[in-house]
Amino acid sequence: MAISRRRLAALGPFIGLAAVVTFLALITPPAFQSLYNLKTILTQSVIVGIAALGMTFVIVSKGIDLSVGSQIALGTVVTGIVINAIGPGFTGPLLAALAGVAACVAVGTVSGVLITRFNVIPFIVTLGMMQIARGVAKRLAREGTLSIPGNWLNDLMLVDPRPAWLIFAPGVWVAAALLGISTVILTRSGFGRYVFAIGSSERTARLCGVRVERMKIQIYALCGAFTGVAAVMQCAYLTVGDPTSAAGLELDVIAAVVIGGGSLGGGEGSAMGSVAGALIMAVLRNGSNMLGVPHYVQEIMIGTIIVAAVLIDRQKHRLGGGERAENNDPDSA
Amino acid sequence: MAEPLLELEGIEKSFGPVRALRGVSLRLDRGEVLGLIGENGAGKSTLMNVLAGVYRPDRGSMHLADQPYAPSSPLQGLRVGIAVIYQELSLAPHLSVEANITLGREVRRLGVLRSQYGRVREVLGMLEHADIDPGAAAGDLSIGRQQIVEIARALFADARIVVMDEPTSSLSAKDARRLFRVVGRLRDRGVAFIFVSHFLEEVRRLCDRFAVLRDGRAVANGSVDAVTDGELIRHMVGRDVGELYPQSHRRLGEVCLRVRDLNGREGKPTGVNINLRRGEILGLAGLVGAGRSETLRSLFGLNPAVSGRLTIAGKPELRVRQLTPASALQQGVDMLSEDRQGEGLALSLSISANITLSGLRRYSRWGLLDRQRERDSAVDWVRRLGIKAHTPDAPVATLSGGNQQRVCLARLLHRNGDVLLMDEPTRGIDIATKAHIYRLMHGLAESGKAILMTSSYLPELFGVCDTLAVVHRGAICEPRPVEEWTPEEVMQFATSGIGGPPLRSVGPSTA
Repeated sequence: MAISRRRLAALGPFIGLAAVVTFLALITPPAFQSLYNLKTILTQSVIVGIAALGMTFVIVSKGIDLSVGSQIALGTVVTGIVINAIGPGFTGPLLAALAGVAACVAVGTVSGVLITRFNVIPFIVTLGMMQIARGVAKRLAREGTLSIPGNWLNDLMLVDPRPAWLIFAPGVWVAAALLGISTVILTRSGFGRYVFAIGSSERTARLCGVRVERMKIQIYALCGAFTGVAAVMQCAYLTVGDPTSAAGLELDVIAAVVIGGGSLGGGEGSAMGSVAGALIMAVLRNGSNMLGVPHYVQEIMIGTIIVAAVLIDRQKHRLGGGERAENNDPDSA
Repeated sequence: MAEPLLELEGIEKSFGPVRALRGVSLRLDRGEVLGLIGENGAGKSTLMNVLAGVYRPDRGSMHLADQPYAPSSPLQGLRVGIAVIYQELSLAPHLSVEANITLGREVRRLGVLRSQYGRVREVLGMLEHADIDPGAAAGDLSIGRQQIVEIARALFADARIVVMDEPTSSLSAKDARRLFRVVGRLRDRGVAFIFVSHFLEEVRRLCDRFAVLRDGRAVANGSVDAVTDGELIRHMVGRDVGELYPQSHRRLGEVCLRVRDLNGREGKPTGVNINLRRGEILGLAGLVGAGRSETLRSLFGLNPAVSGRLTIAGKPELRVRQLTPASALQQGVDMLSEDRQGEGLALSLSISANITLSGLRRYSRWGLLDRQRERDSAVDWVRRLGIKAHTPDAPVATLSGGNQQRVCLARLLHRNGDVLLMDEPTRGIDIATKAHIYRLMHGLAESGKAILMTSSYLPELFGVCDTLAVVHRGAICEPRPVEEWTPEEVMQFATSGIGGPPLRSVGPSTA
């Protein structure tokens, strides 16, 4: 009984996504159901979706990274600078993308080191890194927007891709590939198991020989890597390096993970769920725009979904808690 | 003088199948200091919590000054004059001394707090601690002074009875003497004390009467002057070792774990030397807080050691300071935590994941897990240890305490280390599982493992161990074969640090 309810809870995000899509399909104009609109929604979900994959690792390990929005801004700027320096051929943008990813990995690594070395809670460290990364991005872009010559990176986010047989934007395929990779890492690798173990009980992980500090640094660095790819997508989407872009995006990313079943209490979450969470928000926004629903209503709806997801999470924990309560040992002193 | 202030009649309290109190009757007179003694697990904490109003007794009655006393909460207990001071002090460290002392008894005028500085100073003065600044943050005070603040809080609430749990365990000798003087003065003013302690010499110095708890019963009481230490210890221990334990003599092999001059933080442990042989189960006896767990934990890299060296199975000597759980596991040392729910198990993970967590590498190729092989292995261990679960994929939180402990042991068996550090291996589990775990430990030792264990339950140590050493305030005595100890000697050494074989010298010694 308990297990079946757990499984049901794990399916929650997908049931939610199906419900949102079905509901909107019934009440929106036919344009909502068109292939073009599907392509649009998926393209719009790429940035939050990829960043949410990285955030899933962090949240499953009972951490949080508030700096991902700033990391994305920094990534766009670094990518732009390198393209401008090398030129828009084939290798220039490629190196630029790698540099953008590297910048975000660096931010994540610094966060991880600060969190483990000085034993500061992730919320505070990454709140600081959020400001620092944003500031560095602005300094690098000389407090303006960095224009970038046209290059192949921009094709990543074309709703109508070239070549056309791709059907979806290349960025969507990149996101799908990263989703597959994340799922394998989280569910089938030793690294993923340790991420869950640290999130479930850090002390137990340490007792079992998990190098918790090293793991945490790797987790924040990995989150940075995913965020870096999201930054490249953002850069491709904007076609400029913008140090003020993606402000507040970290909250969307965290919301996607939480809606997708990730628990801020650690030890729970899935890559598929997080992407479903990102899609739920994108579909809702898209459908609401088509219906002409005012922006504030969208915000209220998405907020409601976040709170509902957390309540479902609580329900799961109450389940576990009730079972635990029976075997507290009395008089252990 | 002898007018009863508090009377307990037939108090019973059970937690599920565990009968913590089985009919305790006690009496406390006005202005009396009663020493409540007993082994770990005898029921002292439960009785304290009943007095405090944390637990409601299942049966029995309490009377305070001839009025029925049935508190439903600690606050109610305090209102009628019973204050309980726990070993873990319960001050709010960020609040001022005054705020802590007046907490729950604030005086408000028009919703604004009124300072009670004067009364607070008066109370502190009564406790010979007028130098404590009521404005200082409580967390900045020394432990001894924090304890005074706790007593001040009790006095401020006009407590007639103060119950103190092991108040000197974290105090320096000087602070302890000062505390005793304070208790003496308050007694003269008519405040009665219940003083829960393990340390017989303190009970002698401080208390008028004693009461001994054993297995949830008050087995003896009387005047402290009319009883010898030996009699007290016999009252505390007096029970026989049943057939719970596999009786067999193992042959001990070569030394598998050699520890030299291990020192931990705050003197826990102090200058510990251990030679542990294959096939040996060495038990560490001692009181809670003496440093038994700390010794085990620093040998596994969980508690930072100040100094010390160890050799495992003839491998090169290591510094204990550099040890981490990961490196200890690689060296063949494994550990069973005493805190099953907080540390031993990742409760939200599956049974299977908990069993394999310390030895995941063997299912891993190119970083990817062979989950089928892992699961097969988990199924095998679940079967071999008789863990009652429908599936190894269920969260370990869904198991009972005994089955959870079996999962912890399955992890050790699965990892197959040579040296097993087992901290309270049978805490809080049913008797059937205990017997099972004793058989498992016996089997492990027979197969050549070396086991270092702690237990708060003396008969268990006598039943399971080949050799026994006693820890007293961080230091450990020379281990002796268990036949050469009597429970009385163990208790005497644990409570006083004398009577047993000599303490090992602090300097490095030859093997």
